[in-house]
Amino acid sequence: MTLIERTLEAAGPPSPSAAGGQRWSTRLRSRPGSLMVAPALVFVAVVFAYPVLRMFVLSVTNMPAGQASSWYSNYEWYLTSGSQMNILRRTFVISAWITVSCFVLGFPYAYLMTRVGTRARLLMTGAVMLPFWSNLVVRTYAWVILLSDVGPLQAFLRSMGIHAPTLLGNVAGMTIGATQVLLPFFVLPVYAGLQGIDRRLLDAAVSLGASPGRAFRKVYLPLAVPGIMAGSTLVFVLSLGFYFTPALLGSPKQSMISQQIVQQTNALLAFGRGGAMALVLLASTLLILGAAALVTRRHTRALGIGGGR
Amino acid sequence: MSAASRRGILSRSVLRVWCVLVGLLLVLPTLVVVPISFSDRRSLMLPRGFSLQWYVNFFQDPQWYGAALLTLRVGVVVAVIATALGTMAAMALHSALGQWRGPARAFLMAPMIVPGVITAIGIFYVALKTGLTQSYWGFVLAHTVLAIPFVVVTVTASLAGFDGQLVKAAASLGAGPVSAFRKVMLPLIAPGVVTGALFAFLTSFDEAIVSIFLSGPFAQTLPVKIYASVTQTFDPTVAAASTLLLTVTTVVLILFGVLSVVRERR
Repeated sequence: MTLIERTLEAAGPPSPSAAGGQRWSTRLRSRPGSLMVAPALVFVAVVFAYPVLRMFVLSVTNMPAGQASSWYSNYEWYLTSGSQMNILRRTFVISAWITVSCFVLGFPYAYLMTRVGTRARLLMTGAVMLPFWSNLVVRTYAWVILLSDVGPLQAFLRSMGIHAPTLLGNVAGMTIGATQVLLPFFVLPVYAGLQGIDRRLLDAAVSLGASPGRAFRKVYLPLAVPGIMAGSTLVFVLSLGFYFTPALLGSPKQSMISQQIVQQTNALLAFGRGGAMALVLLASTLLILGAAALVTRRHTRALGIGGGR
Repeated sequence: MSAASRRGILSRSVLRVWCVLVGLLLVLPTLVVVPISFSDRRSLMLPRGFSLQWYVNFFQDPQWYGAALLTLRVGVVVAVIATALGTMAAMALHSALGQWRGPARAFLMAPMIVPGVITAIGIFYVALKTGLTQSYWGFVLAHTVLAIPFVVVTVTASLAGFDGQLVKAAASLGAGPVSAFRKVMLPLIAPGVVTGALFAFLTSFDEAIVSIFLSGPFAQTLPVKIYASVTQTFDPTVAAASTLLLTVTTVVLILFGVLSVVRERR
Protein backbone atom coordinates (compact mmCIF):
# COMPACT_ATOMS: atom_id res chain seq x y z
CA MET A 1 0.00 0.00 0.00
CA THR A 2 1.47 3.38 -0.93
CA LEU A 3 1.81 5.98 1.74
CA ILE A 4 -0.77 8.20 0.12
CA GLU A 5 -3.29 5.40 0.19
CA ARG A 6 -2.50 4.81 3.82
CA THR A 7 -3.08 8.49 4.50
CA LEU A 8 -6.40 8.40 2.74
CA GLU A 9 -7.46 5.35 4.64
CA ALA A 10 -6.68 7.13 7.86
CA ALA A 11 -8.57 10.12 6.48
CA GLY A 12 -11.70 8.23 5.56
CA PRO A 13 -14.30 6.73 7.83
CA PRO A 14 -13.16 3.47 9.44
CA SER A 15 -13.37 0.57 7.06
CA PRO A 16 -15.12 -2.57 8.26
CA SER A 17 -12.66 -4.94 9.84
CA ALA A 18 -11.24 -7.45 7.42
CA ALA A 19 -11.22 -10.06 10.16
CA GLY A 20 -15.00 -10.47 10.07
CA GLY A 21 -15.42 -11.39 6.43
CA GLN A 22 -13.61 -14.14 4.64
CA ARG A 23 -11.50 -12.90 1.76
CA TRP A 24 -13.22 -13.13 -1.55
CA SER A 25 -10.95 -15.68 -3.08
CA THR A 26 -13.26 -17.67 -5.28
CA ARG A 27 -12.01 -15.81 -8.30
CA LEU A 28 -13.15 -17.92 -11.16
CA ARG A 29 -16.78 -18.51 -10.36
CA SER A 30 -18.10 -15.26 -9.00
CA ARG A 31 -15.65 -12.68 -10.26
CA PRO A 32 -17.20 -9.58 -11.76
CA GLY A 33 -14.67 -9.81 -14.55
CA SER A 34 -11.34 -8.22 -15.22
CA LEU A 35 -12.92 -6.09 -17.93
CA MET A 36 -14.58 -3.88 -15.36
CA VAL A 37 -11.26 -2.17 -14.78
CA ALA A 38 -11.02 -1.25 -18.46
CA PRO A 39 -13.09 1.98 -18.52
CA ALA A 40 -11.09 3.51 -15.69
CA LEU A 41 -7.79 2.42 -17.25
CA VAL A 42 -8.72 3.88 -20.61
CA PHE A 43 -9.90 7.09 -18.99
CA VAL A 44 -6.67 7.54 -17.00
CA ALA A 45 -4.61 6.64 -20.06
CA VAL A 46 -6.29 9.22 -22.29
CA VAL A 47 -6.80 12.10 -19.84
CA PHE A 48 -3.71 11.66 -17.66
CA ALA A 49 -0.98 9.40 -19.07
CA TYR A 50 -1.12 10.68 -22.64
CA PRO A 51 -0.88 14.39 -21.72
CA VAL A 52 1.96 13.78 -19.26
CA LEU A 53 3.90 11.63 -21.75
CA ARG A 54 3.20 14.22 -24.42
CA MET A 55 4.92 16.80 -22.20
CA PHE A 56 8.01 14.65 -21.98
CA VAL A 57 8.06 14.11 -25.72
CA LEU A 58 7.79 17.87 -26.18
CA SER A 59 10.75 18.37 -23.87
CA VAL A 60 12.98 16.73 -26.50
CA THR A 61 11.19 17.98 -29.63
CA ASN A 62 9.79 21.44 -28.88
CA MET A 63 12.62 23.99 -28.89
CA PRO A 64 12.43 27.76 -28.43
CA ALA A 65 12.59 29.25 -31.91
CA GLY A 66 16.01 29.78 -33.39
CA GLN A 67 18.00 27.92 -30.77
CA ALA A 68 17.30 24.32 -31.61
CA SER A 69 20.51 22.37 -31.81
CA SER A 70 19.97 18.90 -30.44
CA TRP A 71 17.34 16.86 -28.66
CA TYR A 72 18.68 17.72 -25.23
CA SER A 73 18.76 21.52 -25.73
CA ASN A 74 15.95 22.12 -23.25
CA TYR A 75 17.67 20.05 -20.58
CA GLU A 76 20.98 21.74 -21.34
CA TRP A 77 19.33 25.13 -20.96
CA TYR A 78 17.75 24.15 -17.66
CA LEU A 79 20.68 22.38 -16.04
CA THR A 80 23.22 25.06 -17.01
CA SER A 81 21.07 28.02 -16.03
CA GLY A 82 22.49 29.39 -12.80
CA SER A 83 19.28 31.06 -11.71
CA GLN A 84 17.20 27.95 -12.42
CA MET A 85 19.60 25.75 -10.47
CA ASN A 86 19.39 28.25 -7.62
CA ILE A 87 15.63 27.90 -7.66
CA LEU A 88 15.87 24.12 -7.70
CA ARG A 89 18.25 24.19 -4.72
CA ARG A 90 15.98 26.63 -2.88
CA THR A 91 13.00 24.36 -3.53
CA PHE A 92 14.80 21.46 -1.86
CA VAL A 93 16.02 23.51 1.12
CA ILE A 94 12.60 25.05 1.78
CA SER A 95 10.94 21.64 1.46
CA ALA A 96 13.38 20.25 4.03
CA TRP A 97 12.54 23.09 6.44
CA ILE A 98 8.82 22.51 6.00
CA THR A 99 9.29 18.79 6.65
CA VAL A 100 11.30 19.39 9.84
CA SER A 101 8.72 21.91 11.10
CA CYS A 102 5.91 19.46 10.40
CA PHE A 103 7.76 16.78 12.36
CA VAL A 104 8.31 19.01 15.40
CA LEU A 105 4.67 20.10 15.46
CA GLY A 106 3.01 16.95 14.20
CA PHE A 107 4.77 13.98 15.78
CA PRO A 108 3.74 14.74 19.39
CA TYR A 109 0.22 15.38 18.13
CA ALA A 110 0.00 12.06 16.29
CA TYR A 111 1.49 10.32 19.33
CA LEU A 112 -1.08 11.80 21.69
CA MET A 113 -3.85 10.77 19.28
CA THR A 114 -2.98 7.13 20.01
CA ARG A 115 -2.98 7.74 23.78
CA VAL A 116 -6.31 9.47 24.44
CA GLY A 117 -9.90 8.27 24.86
CA THR A 118 -12.41 7.95 22.04
CA ARG A 119 -13.92 11.42 22.46
CA ALA A 120 -10.64 13.29 22.60
CA ARG A 121 -9.42 11.27 19.62
CA LEU A 122 -12.52 12.21 17.63
CA LEU A 123 -11.86 15.86 18.45
CA MET A 124 -8.20 15.59 17.49
CA THR A 125 -9.04 13.74 14.27
CA GLY A 126 -11.57 16.44 13.40
CA ALA A 127 -8.94 19.12 13.92
CA VAL A 128 -6.78 17.35 11.30
CA MET A 129 -9.55 16.43 8.87
CA LEU A 130 -11.01 19.90 8.57
CA PRO A 131 -7.82 21.47 7.17
CA PHE A 132 -6.99 18.26 5.23
CA TRP A 133 -10.15 18.62 3.17
CA SER A 134 -10.35 22.41 3.11
CA ASN A 135 -9.40 24.28 0.01
CA LEU A 136 -5.68 24.90 -0.35
CA VAL A 137 -6.14 28.31 -1.94
CA VAL A 138 -8.48 29.41 0.83
CA ARG A 139 -6.11 28.23 3.54
CA THR A 140 -3.24 30.07 1.87
CA TYR A 141 -5.41 33.17 1.50
CA ALA A 142 -6.04 33.03 5.25
CA TRP A 143 -2.28 33.27 5.73
CA VAL A 144 -2.15 36.24 3.38
CA ILE A 145 -4.56 37.98 5.77
CA LEU A 146 -2.73 36.83 8.89
CA LEU A 147 0.75 37.76 7.74
CA SER A 148 -0.01 41.01 5.92
CA ASP A 149 1.40 44.23 7.36
CA VAL A 150 -2.07 45.45 8.34
CA GLY A 151 -3.19 41.98 9.46
CA PRO A 152 -4.04 40.76 12.95
CA LEU A 153 -0.65 39.17 13.66
CA GLN A 154 1.34 42.34 13.02
CA ALA A 155 -1.28 44.43 14.84
CA PHE A 156 -0.96 42.15 17.85
CA LEU A 157 2.84 42.36 17.81
CA ARG A 158 2.68 46.14 17.49
CA SER A 159 0.36 46.40 20.49
CA MET A 160 2.97 44.45 22.45
CA GLY A 161 5.56 46.99 21.38
CA ILE A 162 7.37 44.60 19.02
CA HIS A 163 8.22 45.72 15.53
CA ALA A 164 8.42 42.45 13.64
CA PRO A 165 9.95 42.25 10.16
CA THR A 166 7.63 41.93 7.19
CA LEU A 167 6.35 38.37 6.96
CA LEU A 168 4.40 38.40 3.71
CA GLY A 169 6.31 38.01 0.46
CA ASN A 170 9.39 36.23 1.71
CA VAL A 171 10.70 32.76 2.51
CA ALA A 172 9.97 33.03 6.25
CA GLY A 173 6.27 33.72 5.78
CA MET A 174 6.03 31.09 3.08
CA THR A 175 7.58 28.43 5.30
CA ILE A 176 5.21 29.29 8.17
CA GLY A 177 2.16 29.12 5.91
CA ALA A 178 3.28 25.98 4.08
CA THR A 179 3.96 24.16 7.34
CA GLN A 180 0.45 24.81 8.58
CA VAL A 181 -1.05 23.93 5.21
CA LEU A 182 0.85 20.60 5.01
CA LEU A 183 0.63 19.57 8.67
CA PRO A 184 -2.43 17.30 8.18
CA PHE A 185 -0.53 15.37 5.49
CA PHE A 186 2.13 14.62 8.08
CA VAL A 187 -0.14 13.80 11.02
CA LEU A 188 -2.44 11.34 9.23
CA PRO A 189 0.15 8.80 7.98
CA VAL A 190 2.18 9.07 11.18
CA TYR A 191 -0.94 8.42 13.25
CA ALA A 192 -1.80 5.45 11.04
CA GLY A 193 1.70 4.09 11.65
CA LEU A 194 1.76 4.69 15.41
CA GLN A 195 -1.65 3.08 15.86
CA GLY A 196 -0.21 -0.29 14.90
CA ILE A 197 2.54 -0.29 17.56
CA ASP A 198 2.01 -2.79 20.36
CA ARG A 199 2.48 -0.80 23.56
CA ARG A 200 2.96 -3.97 25.61
CA LEU A 201 6.51 -3.97 24.23
CA LEU A 202 7.12 -0.80 26.25
CA ASP A 203 5.80 -2.46 29.41
CA ALA A 204 8.06 -5.41 28.71
CA ALA A 205 11.09 -3.12 28.36
CA VAL A 206 10.24 -1.32 31.61
CA SER A 207 9.72 -4.60 33.47
CA LEU A 208 13.15 -5.63 32.28
CA GLY A 209 14.62 -2.57 33.95
CA ALA A 210 14.58 0.17 31.32
CA SER A 211 13.44 3.62 32.41
CA PRO A 212 10.24 4.82 30.62
CA GLY A 213 12.26 7.37 28.68
CA ARG A 214 14.78 4.77 27.58
CA ALA A 215 12.05 2.32 26.65
CA PHE A 216 10.45 5.02 24.52
CA ARG A 217 13.69 5.82 22.72
CA LYS A 218 14.95 2.28 22.26
CA VAL A 219 11.70 0.41 21.64
CA TYR A 220 8.96 2.80 20.57
CA LEU A 221 10.81 5.20 18.28
CA PRO A 222 12.38 2.49 16.07
CA LEU A 223 8.92 1.01 15.60
CA ALA A 224 7.59 4.47 14.73
CA VAL A 225 10.10 4.99 11.91
CA PRO A 226 7.90 3.63 9.07
CA GLY A 227 5.06 6.03 9.93
CA ILE A 228 7.42 8.97 10.36
CA MET A 229 9.07 8.17 7.03
CA ALA A 230 5.68 8.01 5.32
CA GLY A 231 4.59 11.37 6.72
CA SER A 232 7.92 13.08 6.04
CA THR A 233 8.22 11.89 2.44
CA LEU A 234 4.62 12.86 1.73
CA VAL A 235 5.18 16.39 3.06
CA PHE A 236 8.56 16.73 1.34
CA VAL A 237 7.23 15.56 -2.02
CA LEU A 238 4.15 17.77 -1.76
CA SER A 239 6.27 20.82 -0.94
CA LEU A 240 8.56 20.11 -3.91
CA GLY A 241 5.57 20.49 -6.22
CA PHE A 242 3.89 23.29 -4.26
CA TYR A 243 2.49 26.10 -6.35
CA PHE A 244 -0.13 28.22 -4.58
CA THR A 245 1.56 28.75 -1.26
CA PRO A 246 4.86 30.07 -2.69
CA ALA A 247 2.95 32.04 -5.32
CA LEU A 248 0.79 33.81 -2.73
CA LEU A 249 3.02 33.98 0.35
CA GLY A 250 6.49 34.03 -1.18
CA SER A 251 8.03 36.56 -3.51
CA PRO A 252 8.59 36.23 -7.25
CA LYS A 253 12.27 36.86 -6.61
CA GLN A 254 12.48 33.79 -4.41
CA SER A 255 10.28 31.42 -6.35
CA MET A 256 10.11 27.63 -6.32
CA ILE A 257 10.25 25.23 -9.25
CA SER A 258 6.50 24.95 -9.81
CA GLN A 259 6.19 28.69 -10.31
CA GLN A 260 8.93 28.51 -12.92
CA ILE A 261 7.17 25.64 -14.73
CA VAL A 262 3.93 27.62 -14.77
CA GLN A 263 5.83 30.69 -15.98
CA GLN A 264 7.43 28.76 -18.87
CA THR A 265 4.21 27.07 -20.03
CA ASN A 266 1.34 29.40 -19.17
CA ALA A 267 3.04 32.73 -19.80
CA LEU A 268 5.73 31.91 -22.39
CA LEU A 269 4.10 28.83 -23.96
CA ALA A 270 7.56 27.21 -23.94
CA PHE A 271 6.23 23.71 -23.48
CA GLY A 272 9.57 22.09 -24.26
CA ARG A 273 11.33 23.88 -21.44
CA GLY A 274 8.38 23.42 -19.11
CA GLY A 275 8.35 19.72 -19.97
CA ALA A 276 12.06 19.36 -19.27
CA MET A 277 11.63 21.02 -15.87
CA ALA A 278 8.59 18.86 -15.17
CA LEU A 279 10.60 15.73 -15.90
CA VAL A 280 13.34 16.87 -13.50
CA LEU A 281 10.69 17.51 -10.84
CA LEU A 282 9.01 14.13 -11.45
CA ALA A 283 12.35 12.31 -11.37
CA SER A 284 13.24 13.97 -8.05
CA THR A 285 9.85 13.05 -6.63
CA LEU A 286 10.07 9.41 -7.71
CA LEU A 287 13.68 9.12 -6.50
CA ILE A 288 12.73 10.39 -3.07
CA LEU A 289 9.69 8.12 -2.85
CA GLY A 290 11.78 5.15 -3.95
CA ALA A 291 14.62 5.91 -1.54
CA ALA A 292 12.18 6.35 1.33
CA ALA A 293 10.48 3.04 0.53
CA LEU A 294 13.88 1.31 0.38
CA VAL A 295 15.06 2.78 3.69
CA THR A 296 11.79 1.87 5.38
CA ARG A 297 11.84 -1.68 4.07
CA ARG A 298 15.43 -2.20 5.19
CA HIS A 299 14.62 -0.76 8.59
CA THR A 300 11.51 -2.90 9.15
CA ARG A 301 13.37 -5.98 7.97
CA ALA A 302 16.25 -5.28 10.36
CA LEU A 303 13.75 -4.97 13.18
CA GLY A 304 12.07 -8.16 12.08
CA ILE A 305 8.62 -6.56 12.02
CA GLY A 306 7.95 -7.54 8.43
CA GLY A 307 5.34 -5.38 6.76
CA GLY A 308 5.24 -2.88 9.60
CA ARG A 309 1.56 -3.18 10.22
CA MET B 1 5.58 10.50 44.90
CA SER B 2 8.85 9.43 43.32
CA ALA B 3 10.90 11.75 41.18
CA ALA B 4 10.44 9.53 38.14
CA SER B 5 6.65 9.53 38.29
CA ARG B 6 6.65 13.28 38.89
CA ARG B 7 8.73 13.69 35.77
CA GLY B 8 6.28 11.45 33.92
CA ILE B 9 3.35 13.64 34.92
CA LEU B 10 5.25 16.78 33.98
CA SER B 11 6.22 15.50 30.54
CA ARG B 12 2.65 14.30 29.97
CA SER B 13 1.20 17.74 30.71
CA VAL B 14 3.82 19.41 28.50
CA LEU B 15 2.77 17.04 25.71
CA ARG B 16 -0.89 17.90 26.24
CA VAL B 17 -0.31 21.65 26.17
CA TRP B 18 1.82 21.29 23.03
CA CYS B 19 -0.90 19.28 21.30
CA VAL B 20 -3.62 21.77 22.24
CA LEU B 21 -1.48 24.48 20.64
CA VAL B 22 -0.92 22.37 17.51
CA GLY B 23 -4.65 21.64 17.34
CA LEU B 24 -5.42 25.35 17.49
CA LEU B 25 -2.77 25.99 14.83
CA LEU B 26 -4.46 23.43 12.59
CA VAL B 27 -7.95 24.90 12.85
CA LEU B 28 -7.79 28.59 13.76
CA PRO B 29 -5.71 30.31 11.03
CA THR B 30 -8.11 29.34 8.27
CA LEU B 31 -11.08 30.67 10.22
CA VAL B 32 -9.70 34.21 10.00
CA VAL B 33 -11.55 34.51 6.68
CA VAL B 34 -14.88 34.41 8.55
CA PRO B 35 -14.58 37.71 10.49
CA ILE B 36 -12.99 39.40 7.47
CA SER B 37 -15.94 38.33 5.32
CA PHE B 38 -18.32 40.21 7.65
CA SER B 39 -16.07 43.24 7.79
CA ASP B 40 -17.34 46.76 7.26
CA ARG B 41 -14.16 47.99 5.64
CA ARG B 42 -12.48 47.25 2.41
CA SER B 43 -9.18 45.90 3.67
CA LEU B 44 -7.62 42.90 5.33
CA MET B 45 -7.66 44.62 8.71
CA LEU B 46 -9.79 43.08 11.43
CA PRO B 47 -13.31 44.54 11.21
CA ARG B 48 -14.69 47.27 13.45
CA GLY B 49 -18.33 46.66 12.61
CA PHE B 50 -20.56 44.05 11.04
CA SER B 51 -21.66 44.10 7.42
CA LEU B 52 -23.08 41.73 4.84
CA GLN B 53 -22.01 43.82 1.86
CA TRP B 54 -19.39 41.33 0.65
CA TYR B 55 -21.93 38.52 0.51
CA VAL B 56 -24.33 40.82 -1.35
CA ASN B 57 -21.44 41.57 -3.66
CA PHE B 58 -20.78 37.85 -4.18
CA PHE B 59 -24.35 37.04 -5.14
CA GLN B 60 -24.70 40.07 -7.40
CA ASP B 61 -21.49 39.71 -9.35
CA PRO B 62 -21.96 37.13 -12.13
CA GLN B 63 -18.20 36.48 -12.11
CA TRP B 64 -18.41 35.28 -8.51
CA TYR B 65 -21.68 33.38 -8.43
CA GLY B 66 -21.01 32.10 -11.94
CA ALA B 67 -17.74 30.61 -10.73
CA ALA B 68 -19.53 29.02 -7.77
CA LEU B 69 -22.23 27.52 -10.00
CA LEU B 70 -19.67 26.15 -12.45
CA THR B 71 -17.70 24.58 -9.60
CA LEU B 72 -20.82 22.88 -8.23
CA ARG B 73 -21.98 21.69 -11.67
CA VAL B 74 -18.54 20.24 -12.39
CA GLY B 75 -18.24 18.66 -8.94
CA VAL B 76 -21.53 16.78 -9.11
CA VAL B 77 -20.86 15.30 -12.55
CA VAL B 78 -17.28 14.42 -11.58
CA ALA B 79 -18.58 12.62 -8.50
CA VAL B 80 -20.97 10.55 -10.66
CA ILE B 81 -18.46 9.59 -13.37
CA ALA B 82 -15.50 9.01 -11.04
CA THR B 83 -17.60 6.89 -8.69
CA ALA B 84 -18.90 4.71 -11.52
CA LEU B 85 -15.46 4.18 -13.07
CA GLY B 86 -13.67 3.88 -9.73
CA THR B 87 -16.13 1.43 -8.18
CA MET B 88 -16.01 -0.88 -11.18
CA ALA B 89 -12.22 -0.72 -11.20
CA ALA B 90 -12.04 -1.42 -7.46
CA MET B 91 -14.25 -4.50 -7.86
CA ALA B 92 -12.08 -5.85 -10.66
CA LEU B 93 -8.94 -5.09 -8.67
CA HIS B 94 -10.40 -6.87 -5.69
CA SER B 95 -11.45 -10.12 -7.27
CA ALA B 96 -9.95 -10.50 -10.72
CA LEU B 97 -6.90 -9.54 -12.76
CA GLY B 98 -4.46 -11.88 -11.01
CA GLN B 99 -0.90 -10.75 -11.55
CA TRP B 100 -2.02 -7.58 -13.32
CA ARG B 101 -3.60 -6.27 -10.15
CA GLY B 102 -0.48 -4.45 -8.91
CA PRO B 103 0.38 -2.63 -12.13
CA ALA B 104 -3.27 -1.74 -12.85
CA ARG B 105 -3.67 -0.32 -9.38
CA ALA B 106 -0.42 1.67 -9.60
CA PHE B 107 -1.55 3.10 -12.95
CA LEU B 108 -4.91 4.20 -11.54
CA MET B 109 -3.16 5.78 -8.53
CA ALA B 110 -0.63 7.69 -10.64
CA PRO B 111 -2.66 10.94 -10.90
CA MET B 112 -2.40 11.20 -7.12
CA ILE B 113 1.37 10.74 -7.00
CA VAL B 114 2.54 12.86 -9.92
CA PRO B 115 2.93 16.51 -8.78
CA GLY B 116 -0.12 18.55 -9.74
CA VAL B 117 1.75 21.10 -11.80
CA ILE B 118 3.04 18.35 -14.15
CA THR B 119 -0.43 16.95 -14.73
CA ALA B 120 -1.62 20.51 -15.20
CA ILE B 121 0.76 21.50 -18.00
CA GLY B 122 0.18 18.20 -19.80
CA ILE B 123 -3.58 18.53 -19.70
CA PHE B 124 -3.27 22.21 -20.62
CA TYR B 125 -1.32 21.37 -23.75
CA VAL B 126 -3.75 18.70 -24.92
CA ALA B 127 -6.71 20.91 -24.02
CA LEU B 128 -5.25 23.72 -26.12
CA LYS B 129 -4.95 21.35 -29.10
CA THR B 130 -8.47 19.97 -28.70
CA GLY B 131 -10.17 23.24 -27.81
CA LEU B 132 -11.19 22.07 -24.35
CA THR B 133 -9.79 25.03 -22.42
CA GLN B 134 -12.42 27.22 -20.79
CA SER B 135 -15.03 24.56 -21.39
CA TYR B 136 -17.28 22.71 -18.98
CA TRP B 137 -16.20 19.28 -20.20
CA GLY B 138 -12.54 20.20 -19.98
CA PHE B 139 -12.95 20.75 -16.25
CA VAL B 140 -15.04 17.60 -15.86
CA LEU B 141 -12.52 15.35 -17.62
CA ALA B 142 -9.50 16.77 -15.79
CA HIS B 143 -11.14 16.64 -12.36
CA THR B 144 -12.47 13.12 -12.94
CA VAL B 145 -9.02 11.72 -13.63
CA LEU B 146 -7.79 13.29 -10.38
CA ALA B 147 -10.79 11.95 -8.44
CA ILE B 148 -10.67 8.32 -9.61
CA PRO B 149 -7.80 7.34 -7.23
CA PHE B 150 -9.80 8.56 -4.24
CA VAL B 151 -12.77 6.41 -5.21
CA VAL B 152 -10.59 3.35 -5.87
CA VAL B 153 -8.97 3.66 -2.42
CA THR B 154 -12.20 4.03 -0.47
CA VAL B 155 -14.17 1.35 -2.33
CA THR B 156 -11.23 -1.09 -2.13
CA ALA B 157 -11.14 -0.53 1.62
CA SER B 158 -14.82 -1.37 1.96
CA LEU B 159 -14.47 -4.43 -0.30
CA ALA B 160 -11.72 -5.79 1.96
CA GLY B 161 -14.36 -6.50 4.58
CA PHE B 162 -16.87 -8.00 2.17
CA ASP B 163 -17.74 -11.66 2.51
CA GLY B 164 -17.54 -13.16 -0.98
CA GLN B 165 -19.50 -16.20 0.12
CA LEU B 166 -22.62 -14.05 0.04
CA VAL B 167 -22.43 -13.64 -3.73
CA LYS B 168 -21.89 -17.36 -4.15
CA ALA B 169 -24.88 -17.97 -1.92
CA ALA B 170 -26.97 -15.60 -4.01
CA ALA B 171 -25.80 -17.32 -7.20
CA SER B 172 -26.62 -20.75 -5.81
CA LEU B 173 -30.13 -19.48 -5.05
CA GLY B 174 -30.52 -18.51 -8.68
CA ALA B 175 -29.51 -14.86 -8.80
CA GLY B 176 -27.74 -13.68 -11.94
CA PRO B 177 -24.50 -11.72 -11.62
CA VAL B 178 -26.24 -8.37 -12.06
CA SER B 179 -28.96 -8.94 -9.50
CA ALA B 180 -26.45 -10.51 -7.09
CA PHE B 181 -24.45 -7.30 -7.34
CA ARG B 182 -27.45 -5.05 -6.98
CA LYS B 183 -29.26 -6.92 -4.21
CA VAL B 184 -26.38 -8.36 -2.18
CA MET B 185 -23.10 -6.64 -2.79
CA LEU B 186 -24.09 -3.03 -3.41
CA PRO B 187 -26.02 -2.56 -0.16
CA LEU B 188 -23.06 -3.86 1.81
CA ILE B 189 -20.38 -1.76 0.14
CA ALA B 190 -22.69 1.27 -0.30
CA PRO B 191 -21.12 3.33 2.54
CA GLY B 192 -17.72 2.92 0.88
CA VAL B 193 -19.13 3.93 -2.49
CA VAL B 194 -20.90 6.99 -1.06
CA THR B 195 -17.72 7.99 0.78
CA GLY B 196 -15.82 7.65 -2.49
CA ALA B 197 -18.38 9.88 -4.20
CA LEU B 198 -18.03 12.53 -1.49
CA PHE B 199 -14.23 12.34 -1.77
CA ALA B 200 -14.53 12.72 -5.54
CA PHE B 201 -16.81 15.72 -5.15
CA LEU B 202 -14.45 17.40 -2.69
CA THR B 203 -11.46 16.68 -4.94
CA SER B 204 -13.14 18.45 -7.83
CA PHE B 205 -14.57 21.19 -5.62
CA ASP B 206 -11.12 22.05 -4.21
CA GLU B 207 -9.02 21.46 -7.33
CA ALA B 208 -7.15 24.55 -8.42
CA ILE B 209 -3.84 23.87 -10.14
CA VAL B 210 -5.17 22.18 -13.31
CA SER B 211 -8.15 24.53 -13.27
CA ILE B 212 -5.89 27.60 -13.35
CA PHE B 213 -4.63 26.46 -16.74
CA LEU B 214 -8.07 25.54 -18.03
CA SER B 215 -9.67 28.76 -16.80
CA GLY B 216 -10.07 32.00 -18.67
CA PRO B 217 -12.35 34.99 -18.80
CA PHE B 218 -15.20 32.80 -20.00
CA ALA B 219 -14.95 30.00 -17.50
CA GLN B 220 -13.43 30.05 -14.06
CA THR B 221 -13.92 27.76 -11.10
CA LEU B 222 -14.34 29.25 -7.64
CA PRO B 223 -10.86 28.38 -6.27
CA VAL B 224 -9.28 29.91 -9.38
CA LYS B 225 -11.41 33.02 -9.06
CA ILE B 226 -10.35 33.30 -5.41
CA TYR B 227 -6.69 32.88 -6.34
CA ALA B 228 -6.91 35.45 -9.12
CA SER B 229 -8.64 37.93 -6.83
CA VAL B 230 -6.15 37.50 -3.98
CA THR B 231 -3.34 38.46 -6.31
CA GLN B 232 -5.20 41.53 -7.55
CA THR B 233 -7.20 43.13 -4.73
CA PHE B 234 -7.82 43.33 -1.00
CA ASP B 235 -11.58 43.17 -1.60
CA PRO B 236 -13.13 41.07 1.23
CA THR B 237 -15.52 39.47 -1.30
CA VAL B 238 -12.69 36.92 -1.52
CA ALA B 239 -13.19 36.25 2.18
CA ALA B 240 -16.94 35.85 1.69
CA ALA B 241 -16.32 33.36 -1.14
CA SER B 242 -13.76 31.53 1.00
CA THR B 243 -16.23 31.32 3.89
CA LEU B 244 -18.88 29.85 1.58
CA LEU B 245 -16.37 27.32 0.24
CA LEU B 246 -15.33 26.30 3.75
CA THR B 247 -19.00 25.90 4.68
CA VAL B 248 -19.59 23.46 1.83
CA THR B 249 -16.47 21.47 2.80
CA THR B 250 -17.57 21.35 6.43
CA VAL B 251 -21.05 20.15 5.49
CA VAL B 252 -19.60 17.36 3.34
CA LEU B 253 -17.26 16.35 6.18
CA ILE B 254 -20.19 16.20 8.60
CA LEU B 255 -21.88 13.87 6.08
CA PHE B 256 -18.72 11.74 6.26
CA GLY B 257 -19.01 11.62 10.02
CA VAL B 258 -22.67 10.58 9.88
CA LEU B 259 -21.78 7.94 7.31
CA SER B 260 -19.03 6.44 9.41
CA VAL B 261 -21.40 6.24 12.39
CA VAL B 262 -23.92 4.43 10.18
CA ARG B 263 -21.17 2.11 9.06
CA GLU B 264 -20.05 1.32 12.58
CA ARG B 265 -23.60 0.51 13.64
CA ARG B 266 -23.76 -2.26 11.05
